[in-house]
Amino acid sequence: MQERFILKVEDLTVSFDGFKAVDALSFYVEPNECRVIIGPNGAGKTTVLDLICGRTKATAGSVKFHDQELLTMREDQIVNAGVGRKFQTPSVYEDLTVFENLELSYPKGHSVFGALVFKRDTDVRARIKEIAETIFLADQLDEKAAFLSHGQKQWLEIGMLLIQDPELLMLDEPVAGMSVAERKKTAELLNRIIQDRSVIVIEHDMGFVADIATRVTVLHQGKTLSEGSMERVQNDPKVVEVYLGH
Amino acid sequence: MQSSAFLSRKEMIGFALLAALIFIVFPMMLDSFRLNLFGKYLTYAFVAVGLALCWGAGGILSLGQGVFFGLGGYCMAMFLKLEASTPENTSIQSTPGIPDFMDWNQLTELPVWWQPFYSLPLALFAVVAVPVVFAFIIGVAMFTRRVGGVYFAIITQAFAAILTILIIGQQGYTGGVNGITDLRTLLGWDIRTDEAKTTLYFVNGVLLFAVLFAAQYVRKSKLGRLLIAMRDQEDRVRFSGYNVANFKIFIFCLGAAFAGIGGAMFTLQVGFMSPTLVGIVPSIEMVIFCAVGGRLSILGAVYGALLVNWAKTTFSESFPELWLFGLGGLFIAVVMLFPNGLAGVWSEKIEPRLLALLGKAPADKSAPDGAPAE
Ligand SMILES: Nc1ncnc2c1ncn2[C@@H]1O[C@H](COP(=O)(O)OP(=O)(O)OP(=O)(O)O)[C@@H](O)[C@H]1O
Ligand SMILES: [Mg+2]
Repeated sequence: MQERFILKVEDLTVSFDGFKAVDALSFYVEPNECRVIIGPNGAGKTTVLDLICGRTKATAGSVKFHDQELLTMREDQIVNAGVGRKFQTPSVYEDLTVFENLELSYPKGHSVFGALVFKRDTDVRARIKEIAETIFLADQLDEKAAFLSHGQKQWLEIGMLLIQDPELLMLDEPVAGMSVAERKKTAELLNRIIQDRSVIVIEHDMGFVADIATRVTVLHQGKTLSEGSMERVQNDPKVVEVYLGH
Repeated sequence: MQSSAFLSRKEMIGFALLAALIFIVFPMMLDSFRLNLFGKYLTYAFVAVGLALCWGAGGILSLGQGVFFGLGGYCMAMFLKLEASTPENTSIQSTPGIPDFMDWNQLTELPVWWQPFYSLPLALFAVVAVPVVFAFIIGVAMFTRRVGGVYFAIITQAFAAILTILIIGQQGYTGGVNGITDLRTLLGWDIRTDEAKTTLYFVNGVLLFAVLFAAQYVRKSKLGRLLIAMRDQEDRVRFSGYNVANFKIFIFCLGAAFAGIGGAMFTLQVGFMSPTLVGIVPSIEMVIFCAVGGRLSILGAVYGALLVNWAKTTFSESFPELWLFGLGGLFIAVVMLFPNGLAGVWSEKIEPRLLALLGKAPADKSAPDGAPAE
């Protein structure tokens, strides 16, 4: 039987020296849902993703992915369980080529021994090529990531996630800092890759949000301000007041 | 697509040049005293190659590699000392048959932990295993707690200090500040003769190449690229699904194993092992060998060890008290002027000109290692 929720976040709290960046937050994500989290700067959006993927340790609460408690797991264990994360600022391996960046993210040979004997076989090459085409970088495979444009780095990082083929994909402002043309291409790309998996996206671009969101969660001072369809959230007076109004 | 060949053409030339230097040029040009001296320098190259992986590739700066060099060296020295301490050789002692320094310290029995060193296979095993076990313990304690960077460097430095103090303090068990001296034969073969020293020089050279090939394999494997990724973006590597601590522990242990082999070859070629090779100063010197060679390059590490030690011998013969300043100055100069060390000077300045002279296209800068093959 299909479970009702792929991710259950309950009473999630983190306190930085008394300041509660995320405060008793609960939300649930269904399989194949695309959840968008919006909210003003400093609302705690990035911190929520940090907590789910193990980068920041929670003070209290629970995060269950398929009934596995993520809060007690190490970052790499969470990734290997099927949760992928894209960071707000593009973070790729600058000293390595695009090919190597994708290769390191390929979900094989992740133990010490596995990495020592890992072979670039035809499957690996084919998959990397396929991903590179998806992220518009097929011609840059041998280029060092340091030489890519900001937008290209964002794409590369998305590609690094795609090759992991996560069940739950978390994207932190994937179109931020992009040119209009890049933005359009990225929206297209994201629309394609969010099919057949659950996605949590943080985004400010409302047009983009309306386009992709199954449901929207509005975060304010670490708490849920409103939740529901884009329409409902947009017409919520509380949301208009703290976020959409200005 | 990318080439994953074990040695690119350029690297092949580099390995061949070094082999020619070590196996042909040095033995032909140097008398047996100087050859032995160069053999000694090359034992430090084992450590420097390990550092090129740990520090250069992986960004893990250890200021305590002398510990592993020393442990390997002591394991070898213990075997040789036991072989030299036959009851006949030590008949004037109050307890014949134990090493002389034990007798001087009123020990009347060989300590239990010395017993395995009667066996050469066990001693050779220990040469690698003891440093690796130590590195493993330090690695697990530090890396799983995510201690890194300067903190890690300082802690390894502390280990070097502690081990030195322990060795000096436990004179009856370790030979104290003098170390383990008066080593004579290896399974009856006198290691003090000129011929033996020349043979050992070649054994050392072969082992060094074995270590270089192992290091090259690691560099060329996915693990090598992971190290570079970890050095620049450790956090990101975790989110690619790797347990970063395990990889750091592995590379630190590998560096320790290399250092242990180097230490054992030092003992064999120089004929003693002492705490002066374990402590803080030699550990820092080893990092300087690696930095001068160019910390990213395993071949550079060998040249760094050769050059700095040769300079040390030359200068400290004439100005012994100035050497430390010279070394410090050299280190600063390298860091400021040639951050990629000798290897950088070679690949940026000399090699392109050499290739131009030979009528070839200049080196392709964007792909220094894995030149495109398809
Ligand atoms: N490690 C930390 N230590 C202390 N405070 C932190 C830490 N991480 C985040 N914060 C604080 O928590 C609050 C939420 O930050 P967060 O980055 O989650 O906001 P955000 O909603 O992602 O904002 P933005 O839209 O600007 O990206 C901020 O006030 C931030 O200063
Ligand atoms: Mg943010």
